Amino acid sequence: MMRFLSDSAIERLREAADFPDLTGTRYELIDKLGQGGMGGVFRVQDTALDRQVAMKVMSLVDSDGTWSARLLREARIIAKLEHPGIVPVHDSGLLSDGRPYYIMKLVQGKRLEEHVSNVAALSDRLRIFLRICDAVAFAHARGVLHRDLKPGNVMVGPFGEVLVMDWGLSKVVAEKTENSVSQPSELSPANPRDRTTAHGTVLGTPGFMAPEQTRGDSVDQRADVYSLGAILQFLSVDSSSVPRALTAVRKQAMAEDSSHRYQTVLNLATDVAHFLDGLPVSVYPEGPLIRAGRWIVRNRVWILLLLAYVIARALLIFFRPR
Amino acid sequence: MADDTQIGGARQHFPTTRWSIIERTRSAQAEERQRALDMLISAYWKPVYKYIRLHWGKGNEEAKDLTQEFFSRLVERSLLDRFEPSRARLRTYLRVCVDGLVMNEDKAAQRLKRGGQVTLLPLDFETAEGELKELPIATAYNPEELFSREFARSLFSLALERLSGECSANGKTVHFRLLELYDIEEGGRQLTYDDVARRFGIKTTDVTNYLALARKEFRRIVLDELRTMTTSEEEFRREAQLLLGVKL
Repeated sequence: MMRFLSDSAIERLREAADFPDLTGTRYELIDKLGQGGMGGVFRVQDTALDRQVAMKVMSLVDSDGTWSARLLREARIIAKLEHPGIVPVHDSGLLSDGRPYYIMKLVQGKRLEEHVSNVAALSDRLRIFLRICDAVAFAHARGVLHRDLKPGNVMVGPFGEVLVMDWGLSKVVAEKTENSVSQPSELSPANPRDRTTAHGTVLGTPGFMAPEQTRGDSVDQRADVYSLGAILQFLSVDSSSVPRALTAVRKQAMAEDSSHRYQTVLNLATDVAHFLDGLPVSVYPEGPLIRAGRWIVRNRVWILLLLAYVIARALLIFFRPR
Repeated sequence: MADDTQIGGARQHFPTTRWSIIERTRSAQAEERQRALDMLISAYWKPVYKYIRLHWGKGNEEAKDLTQEFFSRLVERSLLDRFEPSRARLRTYLRVCVDGLVMNEDKAAQRLKRGGQVTLLPLDFETAEGELKELPIATAYNPEELFSREFARSLFSLALERLSGECSANGKTVHFRLLELYDIEEGGRQLTYDDVARRFGIKTTDVTNYLALARKEFRRIVLDELRTMTTSEEEFRREAQLLLGVKL
């Protein structure tokens, strides 16, 4: 006789059906950490190295192997991006039920949105932003677009390390050599080969996705620049008054037309770094008064020393015994 | 082929030539046709009955009549012959057919007059009625969600029944008991593997392995059942995502 299953039992069975069977692997299941688009992420024990790692396992039913290929492609892309700002991949393979998986470093941090709730100073937030830019610029230099940059895909570790995660929608637009850091020509604007997906499917997250990506048009690195602009907006939204120069940077990064945006992540990062250092940014023309004010602020120590010297000399002259 | 029991083999690639349930209900062989219809009825009769009771607010007796009427038409192939897989998924088509049947219930007298032409199916309505009392009282739901939820409940129950049978046949009753304990019974997951190992007289590592195997087999059977109940690869994938709670 068929048994009655409560709603909670159905939920548990759904979850159970998704648990990976790790028989025949060197990993032991500990618990589930989360669910992404293609698969679940589990905390597992690596019995060979006696350490905990994260395992991403395909959840989707994959009749023709498309999604499996995509998961393994994601693993290979990340494996090639050896950078302190990108979570390293250690291993990949197939489970006994045919589902693919890959193993990555277990990042025990917080998602960006959670982390910044405890970071009040705009300057501290911008330093995090620059670390994100570093990782994305590195990926671009290796010919990889992320295509789903958003606060939920950035982790901040307990020691302040910033990691760009979830490269599931990433796209290799150029095969670069290991040591190549030059600007890949394939990443340049209007490359006809560069499509969001083979079928023009829209992938990404609304609100953080560039307009051309939303439309399913061809995208290049400027789509990631747009998403970084949206992250910059997210990071500065709590600030009581966002300086005009920073607003201009954000607007430039999020320009509707990609040809009006920063053309590279490095350009965007340079402007944000300049802003942090009290230098003018390229996208905000300053009048002589503002420039003078900025010069004074930047050189205030020297100016104060000079002033102190002048005052001291004046006092000496004034009180000199006659 | 050794892979036949693994739904297309270890890589889960399903053979595209496998007959869908609809094709089987249209088979020239009476036995094949009957098997397919039995499978459809076993998976859908409870969702249909509960849907008529909950969504249409019909009473117990009226819902029984309508359910019988619906599946009689199904058996007589008048409903399935009109189904076009390219236009809708089977589950949605069946639900819309139920809607049509209920909306035309003013022809109830005509239905009752059919007498001997109606094939009365041995459906356990008392159990289904009892299950309705176990369901949480929904304040708002949409018909598709309600029907999907009940279909998932029905399919999972069928899969568990099949898993139970397979485990018994292969001397793996402990495997199935562990699945029941952790994934079906309330509060089971609060038990530690050590506690469970002591209770069943097995090693703690066996608990991990047995449970993993039972879960893997459950997944396999669910997908196998679902494969049978769908009519195309695309529908199968979409239904699997819905059934296993995986979103794209």
